[in-house]
Amino acid sequence: MAVDEKTVRRIAHLARIRVTDEEVPHLRNELNAILDFVAQLDEVDVSAVEPMTSVLPMELRQREDVVTDGGYAERIVANAPQSDDNYFVVPKVVE
Amino acid sequence: MNAPAATQNLIKGATGDWEIVIGMEIHAQVSSQSKLFSGASTAFGGAPNDHVSLVDAAFPGMLPVINAECVAQAVRTGLGLKAQINLKSVFDRKNYFYPDLPQGYQISQFKHPIVGEGEVIVDLLDGRRIVVGIERLHLEQDAGKSVHDLSPGESYVDLNRSGVALMEIVSRPDLRSSEEAKAYVTKLRTILRYLGTCDGDMDKGNLRADVNVSVRRPGEPLGTRCEIKNVNSIRFIGQAIEYEARRQIGILEDGGAIDQETRLYDAGKNETRSMRSKEEAHDYRYFPDPDLLPLTFDQAFVDGLAAELPELPDAKKERFITQYGLSAYDADVLVAERDTADFFEEVARGRDGKAAANWVINELFGRLNKEGHTVSTSPVSAAQLGGIIDLIGEKVISGKIAKDLFEIVWSEGGDPRVLVEERGLKQVTDTGAIEAAVDAIIAGNPDKVEQVKLKPTLLGWFVGQVMKSTGGKANPQAVNDVLKAKLGIE
Repeated sequence: MAVDEKTVRRIAHLARIRVTDEEVPHLRNELNAILDFVAQLDEVDVSAVEPMTSVLPMELRQREDVVTDGGYAERIVANAPQSDDNYFVVPKVVE
Repeated sequence: MNAPAATQNLIKGATGDWEIVIGMEIHAQVSSQSKLFSGASTAFGGAPNDHVSLVDAAFPGMLPVINAECVAQAVRTGLGLKAQINLKSVFDRKNYFYPDLPQGYQISQFKHPIVGEGEVIVDLLDGRRIVVGIERLHLEQDAGKSVHDLSPGESYVDLNRSGVALMEIVSRPDLRSSEEAKAYVTKLRTILRYLGTCDGDMDKGNLRADVNVSVRRPGEPLGTRCEIKNVNSIRFIGQAIEYEARRQIGILEDGGAIDQETRLYDAGKNETRSMRSKEEAHDYRYFPDPDLLPLTFDQAFVDGLAAELPELPDAKKERFITQYGLSAYDADVLVAERDTADFFEEVARGRDGKAAANWVINELFGRLNKEGHTVSTSPVSAAQLGGIIDLIGEKVISGKIAKDLFEIVWSEGGDPRVLVEERGLKQVTDTGAIEAAVDAIIAGNPDKVEQVKLKPTLLGWFVGQVMKSTGGKANPQAVNDVLKAKLGIE
């Protein structure tokens, strides 16, 4: 699976990473090298194997439905570049 | 459903008939104390960011731990929808950027939802019954809330709702009119409320619908659909569908084509508008969430929840029809809310079911609606209403007096039987008293006495006069009998 420059730009945009025109060919080569490396796995037939989700035979842990957290709005917004009355404040996003 | 298009559902266009095809995605907030993956409160209306944990705000290193009750609620709902319950399901990340989604992805279920195919039976007002297929139900996180009117150039973000559990319930495109769509949402909401898995409060956004609408010529393949996002009232769902269907028919009849797109319903203008979403907005790049193992449980867990389910509306309706001899319509009205059904059963216990239904639906509901009450705040209790019905059954009061008595109990309270004694409302069955009243009317109206011999229907006038002179307390049947005997009518 080869990635072209258009795909590089698209992936970068989806990830909200700004790339310059000069960086695109280099990133394309890097991505293709990674994909080629991983593609070696295609040599193994795993059609009858369930995806492994954990190296240990574990089950998803569940918790009781009890309120144990929250109540510290000032900590939540402490790192925000801008906040007001414990709201996060961001540039207008309405269409 | 593959049934032929019901003719009453077809829309007349300039160039012939059209059929609307509707499928819905309902987002129902799970009733729980805490969030799907964090211990923060789900309570509505907290101060900004007060019901937020570091998990909900996606602080680095925070890990999700699933709420067992949310899992149980999803399974209960699946059972209520007679659906396949999947003992193993998987959480995926749905990736997109938006300021009220701090993780940069929503934890949802894509390929392996917790609940598979089911169905909802919907009885329509015109007597038709439709079966709406459920494709799936999955668990996912709600996003936060953006407030756009606090500042002209900025949006304010509150994450209180971020991470609250939602059930997304996806229907098949089985609906053919706005009426069917509204009836489906109403029925689904009733089922959720019976189950106690979602309060169905659309005003608070706890139940909202994405409505997929397309149109086609009857019998033709499905047309291109538009998705109307986040419609938050049943009335608006109907209006949005009506508008959207006519918009699409207009485009097609003018030779145009429908663009598959997301639209917004503006209730103020009663129109749908394109949300002009960017092309890649739908590239969600789902993949299994590496922070969460597959969700698994055994059949015994499902069976345990199934054993504790309450009687659901369909079963209750059937029982009301067979046990109390109610009409399908009355049974539908009574089972729409669990509180109402319980109230009716308390009134009906040991009494005539039809009489109880009549009083609950016609007298009580009418009055409750008028005064903005619900059954739970009714000034007249089930025991009091039952007492009034008993007095009619025992012929202590007439139906007319019963309505007066209902008014007294409504505004003043008290035991109906005691009120009847105290206020002298008892029906007069004493023939002597009735005869005296009849004699007085006959003596005072010799002209009518002549007329009634030729025209027996005038008897009704005499009955009315006697009832009036006895303050409505005379037994109407006794009055009738005495009048007939004295006037010589048969």
